[in-house]
Amino acid sequence: MSTVQKNKKPLGKRIMILLAHVLLAILAFIWLIPIFWVVMTSFRGTQGSYSSTFFPTVYSLDNYIKLFTDFSVFNFPQMLGNTLLIAVANCLISTFFVVSVAYTLSRLRFKARKPLMSTAMVIKLFPGFMSMIAVYYIIRMLGWTDGPMLRVAMICVYAGGAGVEYHIAKGFFDTVPTALDEAARIDGATNWRVLTKIIMPLSKPIIVYTLLTSFAGPFKDFMLAKVLCGPSKDYYTVAVGMYQMLEKEYIDQWFCAFAAAAVIISIPIATLFMATQKYYAEGVSGAVKG
Amino acid sequence: MTERGYPEREITALGALQNGSMAVKLSAVIWGLGCLVRKQFVKGAVYLLIEAGIIFFMAEAGFYNLGKLVTLGDVEQQKIWNEAKSLYEYVDGDRSLVILLYGIITLAIILCGVLMVRISLRSAYAAELECRRRGRALTLRQEVSALFDANLHRTLLFLPLLGILVFTVLPLLFMTSMAFTNYSVLNDKLVLFDWVGLDNFQRMLNLSGDLGRTFWPVLGWTLCWAVIATFSNYFIGLLLTLFINWKEIRGKKFWRFCFVLTVAVPHFVTLLIIRQMLQPTGAVNVLLQNMGVISAPLPFFTDTAWARTAVILINIWVGVPYVLLQMTGILQNIPPELYEAARVDGANPVVMFFKITLPYVLFVTTPYLITTFTGNINNFNVIFLTSQGLPRAVESTAGSTDLLITWLYKLTIDNRYYDVGAVIGIMTFVSLSIVSLLTFRFSGSYKDEEGFR
Repeated sequence: MSTVQKNKKPLGKRIMILLAHVLLAILAFIWLIPIFWVVMTSFRGTQGSYSSTFFPTVYSLDNYIKLFTDFSVFNFPQMLGNTLLIAVANCLISTFFVVSVAYTLSRLRFKARKPLMSTAMVIKLFPGFMSMIAVYYIIRMLGWTDGPMLRVAMICVYAGGAGVEYHIAKGFFDTVPTALDEAARIDGATNWRVLTKIIMPLSKPIIVYTLLTSFAGPFKDFMLAKVLCGPSKDYYTVAVGMYQMLEKEYIDQWFCAFAAAAVIISIPIATLFMATQKYYAEGVSGAVKG
Repeated sequence: MTERGYPEREITALGALQNGSMAVKLSAVIWGLGCLVRKQFVKGAVYLLIEAGIIFFMAEAGFYNLGKLVTLGDVEQQKIWNEAKSLYEYVDGDRSLVILLYGIITLAIILCGVLMVRISLRSAYAAELECRRRGRALTLRQEVSALFDANLHRTLLFLPLLGILVFTVLPLLFMTSMAFTNYSVLNDKLVLFDWVGLDNFQRMLNLSGDLGRTFWPVLGWTLCWAVIATFSNYFIGLLLTLFINWKEIRGKKFWRFCFVLTVAVPHFVTLLIIRQMLQPTGAVNVLLQNMGVISAPLPFFTDTAWARTAVILINIWVGVPYVLLQMTGILQNIPPELYEAARVDGANPVVMFFKITLPYVLFVTTPYLITTFTGNINNFNVIFLTSQGLPRAVESTAGSTDLLITWLYKLTIDNRYYDVGAVIGIMTFVSLSIVSLLTFRFSGSYKDEEGFR
């Protein structure tokens, strides 16, 4: 009794700390349920879009096998290939565009600089979806909506406008001390040499960040790919294909396969994200610094 | 800078016209003339070629396109009886959409021409000034090397800007122009359509009109949604960050990882899964029914109030980890002296939160808040992949959780009311511009850039 009395204050606090941890655990649980549920469903042996239990009654790898063997409705490896191709092309072009624009706006001074930045801001206020529909019509007039040119079209659309999204990279360049390039310029280096020999080596993190995020883009985007692909199944990206798996006519057969596909693409994308999140946070706070 | 040529601002097209020699002035008409006179042969030839190209295009197609643009075409597809083959043959009529696109491209090329006049004048004038000063104009080699130094911005920006113009600006103009036509499945206007001026806007803004009755409620809900979604995420995220930062919490990195993991998984996956879980026969309802909590499935996407609450909660689920990610960094940047001084003055944690943390965070994140707000107004994924705008009344094209952007999708992709869709796009742009401008004007970061530094 006396010990309890002596520890009364610490005990009260200890209970509070314990409660805080419990609360945090509950919150974390709520946030993780959907992800956990996808993983469970991907190993579920029974078909159908719903099950009466949270944990599967039968575990199996059938859903994964189905994705890579059953091409009757959805050709998952083909979708993966399409997405990979688009992602690689997109990440190279986008990174080139973003780094060029960000460096120019951060370091070089010229008349059109401010107007360009304001224009970029105005463009970003338009719903991106609006230009997408128009792009679809342009591409359809060019006859690119079916056939291999559709891939080119998708790469163009993903990468073409990438230059507008320069803010995070610019935020990073702004934090690289200007004393470095000034010193180099006094030594007679041209702006091009400053960029390639000084700024680029110092900016590896942001270049890697831009490469990785633009690589992940086509895996995550669903709307643009859906509008552009329309019914051409051969050119589906994973996002479009997976969305189709949940359409009424397929959901019973393909729901568990959808979960398996989700796990397959989420693992690399999540890894990429974890690798880049530091730069994301830095870039955003850097951008805030103006 | 002067070592490698004249500073840019001395040389303007106007200055060229006022002070340049005859050759310079004539460069406005014959592009590259001024350069050719000053022995810049390659540059001059390129300009001339561009001029020839534009003139050829205009003669061949440009003027025709512009003429058609005025009416958007009026020749219908015709059926002509072919005696020889004894069958009807179809003769292509005008297609307004093609005419519209070609017209806009022609206008863009004309604009390029105007810009070229300016460039030609400035080049000619620059060459002349250079000649006056040191006897000869810059050689090609010097000009090219300037592109990697004093003019590096032109080199670096050329391709990105071209990409933005072709794949963002041109499509936007194309779509915007549709708002002033009657391009729609209504009255069979999909092949041939006409300019209608501001009619669509009138129909949209008219409170009692067919479209106005849908538009205003959707706009209201969109703004409501954007405000609630932005601030709920922001404050819940801030509280969660502070909570995890509390010195008594163990395993901070682990907790953060748990939340951030949900950002790492592609959203369309998790959102589709959540939609599936909230179906009448989905995991949530099945579990609750099995546990005996409820007897009938909860009407997540069939009742307006439920659906709206559901999408806001889903958005909290989606957005809070992002806020957590950023706030963690921002909170670490608050100067600790501020807190120490407050503690010396005997302030309690609540006072410190409202007097130090909140003002600091708000100050730093105002630009971010605006971006998030914009993002939420255009938050297509959270709505389209979960509630799909449902519940929807039969006679309406928009459901009660539809935002302007998802309504735009439905009108254009599903219903093919392109004219109205374009108007909605413009309306979204207008409301976003107003909100962003206002917040920028009245926010602390705008008035006092150095506030906390």
